[in-house]
Amino acid sequence: MSQKNNSFKCHKISEGEASGEVLFSKDGICFYLIDPETGVVIQRNHCLFGKSIANKILVFPNGTGSSVVQADGMYQLKMHNNAPRAMIVENADTTLVASSIIMEMPLVDKVESVFKQEISNKDTVKVNATEGVITLIEKED
Amino acid sequence: MVKLSKDEERMLDGKLGKGTQTAMKIQVAIAEAFGAPYMVPISRAHVALSNQEADLWFVEKLVKQGAHCRIRPTVNPSFNWEQMSKITTLRKKDEEIVKRTDAAYKKIGAIMTYDCTPYLQLNVPKIDEIISYSESSATPFVNSVYGAKTNRESAQSALCAAITGVVPYYGYLKKENRKGEVLVNVLAEMKSDFDFQLLGYVIPLKIGFKIPVINFKNKAVKSNFSNASLMNLGAQMNTSGNVAIYHILGFTPEAKNLKDAFQGDTVPETIDITQADLDSVRDKISAPAGKIDFALFGCPHLTFEQIQRVTNIIGGKKLAVPLFIMSSDPTRRLCEQMGILRTIQETGGDIISNTCMDQPCWEFLYGKKGVTDSPKCAYYTRRRKMEFVITDLESAAYAALEGEVIDEPKKQFI
Repeated sequence: MSQKNNSFKCHKISEGEASGEVLFSKDGICFYLIDPETGVVIQRNHCLFGKSIANKILVFPNGTGSSVVQADGMYQLKMHNNAPRAMIVENADTTLVASSIIMEMPLVDKVESVFKQEISNKDTVKVNATEGVITLIEKED
Repeated sequence: MVKLSKDEERMLDGKLGKGTQTAMKIQVAIAEAFGAPYMVPISRAHVALSNQEADLWFVEKLVKQGAHCRIRPTVNPSFNWEQMSKITTLRKKDEEIVKRTDAAYKKIGAIMTYDCTPYLQLNVPKIDEIISYSESSATPFVNSVYGAKTNRESAQSALCAAITGVVPYYGYLKKENRKGEVLVNVLAEMKSDFDFQLLGYVIPLKIGFKIPVINFKNKAVKSNFSNASLMNLGAQMNTSGNVAIYHILGFTPEAKNLKDAFQGDTVPETIDITQADLDSVRDKISAPAGKIDFALFGCPHLTFEQIQRVTNIIGGKKLAVPLFIMSSDPTRRLCEQMGILRTIQETGGDIISNTCMDQPCWEFLYGKKGVTDSPKCAYYTRRRKMEFVITDLESAAYAALEGEVIDEPKKQFI
């Protein structure tokens, strides 16, 4: 337990593998309220307002938005190559799950709790959703 | 691993065609994400068609792969190009997407109802029926009011279920996940359907994702819920929040009494909601009262009774601004047959069927200010640069006559 953790177990929702820079969001994500052409969050009062989620490993608590808009938001981001590379969620709902699987975006949940203590924004990690493992590649200093 | 029946295995192996295989693959992935042990058959489905790009992409992909629905779903509105083209000039591109979406859904076997309130007319489930319903205002109605069982499906997951005829067994299909979590005492009088709109909007702001058990202190309300009030309650809970099911104490089938609603547990949490709570929400989400350019009702689609109430106010007079009432096609036909449609048209208003407010056909109203009775309508059209004063349906009808919303119509109830 004293050894520093570089590998974290998680649970596969949508299969795939991707590496990238970690971006934490304390607010839920509605993909419809992200500009597809830039990946920038346009939802006012959102903690990521004005920031880009493009090509990040996005860590967030839950999805928000109606049964329709989530899929379209994700689709538009993907078409513009501005989708997150992989997503790590705390509470997955049916809409988020179905949209990720259909759009073939890697998504995991049930990540070991130490992940949040050891990993911070801009660290580089590899998410292997298929195997249920997240690995730290590089720590941002 | 989810355990599949022989028939489901055959679907997954592609023995029933590529389209069915794709749908089953997606459902197996959903089952595994939620730890569902097996699949269960559904008897009904409703797909929140939207003719947005992702919607069209997905349904066309399945059609190309030869998918066909085992359970024919009803569908949500897009826009009525025949009716709207008489009101405004439609963009070629928008008209094309609507027609392509229509063709694809017909081909896959959907019933083209184009209505967001299927639970009132053409797709009404019974108690304990396992179904697959998307459309955020439909899910709470069928779960809560009818006691049918559905998860809060996305448009795509409901379409997959319609194709395979099964859903993974998890979430709100299980009795223990439908248990009440907060007792919500409503101290407000609840005199109009509009108060139910406001109540629906307030509840998630107060309790988040928990399942509410609503206890109306005004006992007279209890025996007298209109379809519109329950429809509005659920629609708004899913505008400000994410509520797949609610209970009304002494009224909905899973909440005969407190013990029933909380499944034998002690009440874990209680909150009160007052008239002041309802009023403060309206002030927050509504544009200031004053002059308006148009009136747009019907998010969700207005019921016959609601249209009748509007007609009683405006009939025989001339409207100051255009009035568009969105409703289902059967309701519009009923109004036509009864002469109500004609009465509305003579005032300068109209009933638009098969149409949603969140569609590009309303571009001619962008940048203008309207009146509506629906917080949901105002919320989703912000993206389309439309501004709304939100008030009760009767006041909104008067506003269409006057061209202006008179301030604070609610004060009379306090």
